[in-house]
Amino acid sequence: MKSTLFRNARIIDPSQKLDTSADILIDKGIIKKIGKDIEAPNNTQVYDLQGAVVAPGFIDMHVHLREPGYEHKATIASELTAAAAGGFVGVACMPNTNPAIDDGSIVRYIKEQAAKAMNGMIDVYPIAAVTKNREGRQITEMAELSDAGVVGFSDDGNPVENTQIMRIALEYAKMFNKPIIQHAEDKALSHGGVMNEGFVSTTLGLPGIPTIAEAVMIQRDIMLTVYSGGKYHVAHLSTQAGLHLIREAKESGLPVTCEVTPHHFTLTDEEVRSFDTNTKMHPPLRSQEDVDAMKEGLRDGTIDVIATDHAPHSYDEKEVEYLYAPFGIVGLETAIGLSVTELVKPGILTISQMIEKFTVNPRRVMDLPQVIIKEGEKACFTIFKPEEEWTVDIQKFKSKSKNSPFHGRKLTGKPVGVVNNNEVMMN
Amino acid sequence: MSLTSRHLLGLYNVPKEDIGKILDSASSFKEVLDRPIKKVPTLQGKTIVNLFFESSTRTRISFELAQRRLSADIVNFAASTSSLSKGETFKDTARNIEAMKIDMVVVRHQSAGAPQFLSRIVDANVINAGDGRHEHPTQALLDMYTLREKFGTLKGLRVCIVGDILHSRVALSNIYGLKTMGAEVSLCGPATMIPREIDKLGVQVYHRIEDVIPNVDALNVLRIQLERQEGGHFPSIREYHNYFGVTRERLEKAEKPITILHPGPINRDVELSADVADSEHSVILQQVLNGVAVRMAILYLLSQSN
Repeated sequence: MKSTLFRNARIIDPSQKLDTSADILIDKGIIKKIGKDIEAPNNTQVYDLQGAVVAPGFIDMHVHLREPGYEHKATIASELTAAAAGGFVGVACMPNTNPAIDDGSIVRYIKEQAAKAMNGMIDVYPIAAVTKNREGRQITEMAELSDAGVVGFSDDGNPVENTQIMRIALEYAKMFNKPIIQHAEDKALSHGGVMNEGFVSTTLGLPGIPTIAEAVMIQRDIMLTVYSGGKYHVAHLSTQAGLHLIREAKESGLPVTCEVTPHHFTLTDEEVRSFDTNTKMHPPLRSQEDVDAMKEGLRDGTIDVIATDHAPHSYDEKEVEYLYAPFGIVGLETAIGLSVTELVKPGILTISQMIEKFTVNPRRVMDLPQVIIKEGEKACFTIFKPEEEWTVDIQKFKSKSKNSPFHGRKLTGKPVGVVNNNEVMMN
Repeated sequence: MSLTSRHLLGLYNVPKEDIGKILDSASSFKEVLDRPIKKVPTLQGKTIVNLFFESSTRTRISFELAQRRLSADIVNFAASTSSLSKGETFKDTARNIEAMKIDMVVVRHQSAGAPQFLSRIVDANVINAGDGRHEHPTQALLDMYTLREKFGTLKGLRVCIVGDILHSRVALSNIYGLKTMGAEVSLCGPATMIPREIDKLGVQVYHRIEDVIPNVDALNVLRIQLERQEGGHFPSIREYHNYFGVTRERLEKAEKPITILHPGPINRDVELSADVADSEHSVILQQVLNGVAVRMAILYLLSQSN
């Protein structure tokens, strides 16, 4: 690749406490120079960023790529294009594929497909199943899966329900320093539910999923973590009750982390009144109190990571009666906009803190090397304009599926481009 | 004369004036039902589909009679005999039916919100005949009509809905409609069958039928669905009857007679004792007759609101 010069970048790198305006020259995928008024060498592609933020490359640690098995919803190639458009240089993909990611061959298949998409510019970090075929009975071959390159274990979509299996999983995964990522849901309590249980579900006559379905499972898992000493990460946290438990666990020094999705810090269950099936997801949209708690958890650091739970479903699958629609929405291409609009603009997070939740913290949770923006390091950036206003148009999504409740929403903060693995993609 | 909406999806947020219009015009249609020839040409040339994805006897018959007495052409579609068993989606079924030039659709469905969904995909007027545990607006309107007929007004009337509120679409529609018309609504049932935060709708919640009876004008007694026992919502039919059953003995504690409604079908001697069901204070059969008149009124008014 020819060299690239970014002019007028606002470099923000939380790990170095850096927030500075400069030009960045990249050659062969390496940062060659950072400074003022760098002269462009011959044969250099020059971009004037006009003050756009250049940050260490963002990772979305909760993505459903759907391949293998559900290519009518999405493919690895389509969703990596969506990731790049949304400002992500890497994604961790969940194992609820068909077959599930429960042995080394599937991990290798996903990595091969990812290497073919976009010249391999987007890093894919497979998360393997905790149990074989995600059935909750027998743990997967975690040693081999770790060697094949998985970054954690999860039965996402399902909780690890059996307490003994969960204990064994935490203990076994501890040998490889990999987190167990729990979809925290007590299925007996959530049984049949399609939305948050509360006033809105009562007035709509839709079966509810109570907040305790999440909190009870987190409470149990924290006790198991105390006992077993493993690493525990809560996927898509949605409740104030769950947040309190995680806060206490962190205060007592446990290796417990968690993530929240942009929709859980943006929307409440009031949205379900439309009966739009793009308001149906697991966990469900909660009450205003829960949304406020998510914001407070992000502010005080209890919530480590923003991850999207990007869950493509085809148009026809969502175009059905509410009770029968599948759970989940796409999120890769609205994550930065929602985070700036809901968190940075109102002063809940600084831009630097938001960047931490998209890159520093997910890399820490998954035990990946940190990205540093300095001369001699690999060029791995997310570039976005925090001030730019735009309107979400699902028809412009690169994702193969368009199932988003945010169509038509005005957002501030737009991804501009990504740089990774000696490739540059500008939107 | 027409309503503010072209559909009747539920009674949530339906204005008082619309409910008033429906009840008033139901009175006119009830006169038709007393004539020797019980048929008027109001909907001649209109085609109505009854789209029932869930089994129903009385609601379907009541709608069908109302439609025939208004001279509409009708088509009945029941899930068991339909293309649904061949895997066709709800949306495709609806669009196929509409392609045959239909003016109105009456829909019953297991999923809350199915009538809303239908109203987005077809041009016909949509009438909700019961969606999941959400709403059953025509049932509530016939209950309200029956109460108004008996008491003259709904304003200030004290009505308690008794039974499994959690799984009841009749309860929600009655709460919305009665509150709009100025009635005082209370609920009585086991705590496991009262949905969360329902008191925010401005209704009193009771767990002892004895506490309710001295303070109401009417009881709307819901059917206890026996399969709920398997879900563990209550321990036994015996205990339900002993603690929540509406019996003559309990009603005699009231100073004046209490009017008894029931949406049917009745489980005799479960939620309602047989003597109460058949007593002079029961308006259960009037409800059935009024159901036809109210549905005629709704069909007529919606046909005017295009």
